Amino acid sequence: MAGSIPASLTAEIAAPQRAGLSPWAEAWRRFKRHRLALVGAALLAFMALAVLLGPWLWNVPINAIDFGAKLKGPSLAHPLGTDDLGQDLLARMLYGGRISLAVGVASMLIAILVGVVIGAVAGISRGWVDAALMWVTDLFLSLPQLPLLLLIIYLFRDSMKKLVGPELGIFLIIVAVIGAFRWMPAARLVRAQFLSLREKEFVEAARALGASPTRQVVRHILPNALGPVIVAATIDVAAAIIFESTLSFLGMGFPPDIPSWGRQLYDAKDYLDVAPHWALIPGGAIFLTVLSISYMGDGLRDALDPRRVI
Amino acid sequence: MWRYFLRKLAIAVPSVIGISILLFTVLALAPGDPFEELAANPNVPPEIRANLRAQFGLDDPVVTRYLRWSGSMLRGDWGFSFSSRVDVDTLILQRLPVTLVVIGASQLLALLVALPVGVYAATRPYSIFDQIASTIAFAGYALPTFFTGLLLILLFSIKLDWLPFVYRADIPGNGWPWIWAHIKQSIMPVLVLGLFQGAAWTRYVRSSVLDVIRLDYVTTARSKGLAERVVVVKHVVRNALIPVVTLVALQMPAVFGGAIVTEQIFRVPGIGSLLIGAIQANDTPVIMAVTFVLSILVILCNLIADILYGWLDPRIAYR
Repeated sequence: MAGSIPASLTAEIAAPQRAGLSPWAEAWRRFKRHRLALVGAALLAFMALAVLLGPWLWNVPINAIDFGAKLKGPSLAHPLGTDDLGQDLLARMLYGGRISLAVGVASMLIAILVGVVIGAVAGISRGWVDAALMWVTDLFLSLPQLPLLLLIIYLFRDSMKKLVGPELGIFLIIVAVIGAFRWMPAARLVRAQFLSLREKEFVEAARALGASPTRQVVRHILPNALGPVIVAATIDVAAAIIFESTLSFLGMGFPPDIPSWGRQLYDAKDYLDVAPHWALIPGGAIFLTVLSISYMGDGLRDALDPRRVI
Repeated sequence: MWRYFLRKLAIAVPSVIGISILLFTVLALAPGDPFEELAANPNVPPEIRANLRAQFGLDDPVVTRYLRWSGSMLRGDWGFSFSSRVDVDTLILQRLPVTLVVIGASQLLALLVALPVGVYAATRPYSIFDQIASTIAFAGYALPTFFTGLLLILLFSIKLDWLPFVYRADIPGNGWPWIWAHIKQSIMPVLVLGLFQGAAWTRYVRSSVLDVIRLDYVTTARSKGLAERVVVVKHVVRNALIPVVTLVALQMPAVFGGAIVTEQIFRVPGIGSLLIGAIQANDTPVIMAVTFVLSILVILCNLIADILYGWLDPRIAYR
């Protein structure tokens, strides 16, 4: 009976002391020990609050053109300086942050949803369904993602703009394509988790009690497979933010009247010699966001892995 | 050896077919039609348009169109660029060498950084060197290539005025000054791509060496009295590289994505800037061909990784 042997002696000894903690409180206790992850989470929370509430506190319009103050460095009237049309960069950064973070979170949700469904179906079914789904996953993993994203946006953006309006259209298509090319890691993770979990005793017990396959998956296997998925989801937000910035930086993302961070970098790159602050601010914001998310993912990985003793 | 290679090749062929089906589906699903301009022109009567459609086979079933398209791709008939009036394959062959040189040089740089730094950090885990290297690698991985490119231009071209920030294919002159000018203008693109890859690889190498260095056979090698350098280089690194090769192969799509961005920043006349230019000029045949060529390059890299894998790990090879 391999299953009845405790995983490790230390886990057995340490367990009684924290018997009162719920799984989430235990995860939080572990997460707090990773100092950089905590800093990352705080920075991220600050940025999310800033882009959510900032436009109310700093109510300078993002498109107020003032040629008298163009390409100026930081000053009292414009704390982050201005761009080539004299538009206020702080207001544009706050607005652009909303776009960039929204794209990151929405793309992540699509990627994780698709990934979990495909991974779960592959993991619970044996034989050719599993093999075919994994072949598709491997195929998607070996696709050159950026050229394909560019191709799809090029082919579909005009009709999407006609269908739902220019702003929503470009947002939807960017979110959809990024989500459609980021689900593979989640699918592989979920499948790997399912392959080991479906042979465990508690699932066998559920099966013996007559639980249907759907109930086994939703009620017993999936909740136990979620830890790595949450970590993958964090990383996916960072990857989606980078993808969106890359698309905008290549001129294939948002139009100039929707100043996402990548779009601002694209506009700023021709003025590097006279107004370096214009490029450094959005670039720095992308860098800090991605770094915070990566550290947070690192901390979550430690916190959500029950086999690791910390 | 040959059987192993042929088996891997046989696995790669369905991938190429799968990618071509995917590309064609995307194109077929896309709204719009190459004869849209004719449709908008009132001077072209509808029956002529219908004849043209029939002549080019646009009304045939999708499967027929796919087979015809893939057949002509196989024969090397890749179509005609709308904007530059040149055959697509000549255009791509002109641009491909530059891209391959830049990517190759940057991969070499990434290897030269990642291998020593990763191994040294792993042999002294949690030392000051390891912590600094890990932090820089983590930060370098979070720095997107388009931002590092702009930072380098700001530093080396604008502030210091050492390096040119526009890549020129037609530098006059010859001999050493000519070679030096080419090297000088390649430094920044190679640095951007190479350091981004190097940051990722350093992390892979470090964790992989850490896994291997605790194994019993390493202790055995040490207890035989071998020098630490020999133990690390001959016994540890070779085995540690096996998982790294897989991770590097998985990174290849990101490498080509980074190459497109880098070529765009520094205006390197490679295949990536060809793609962006074609998108701006609505040049569909070129866009399709470049995407397909990049897909095939990724699959080729995976094939090379598989062969390297077999060479590094005799246990799995040649079965």
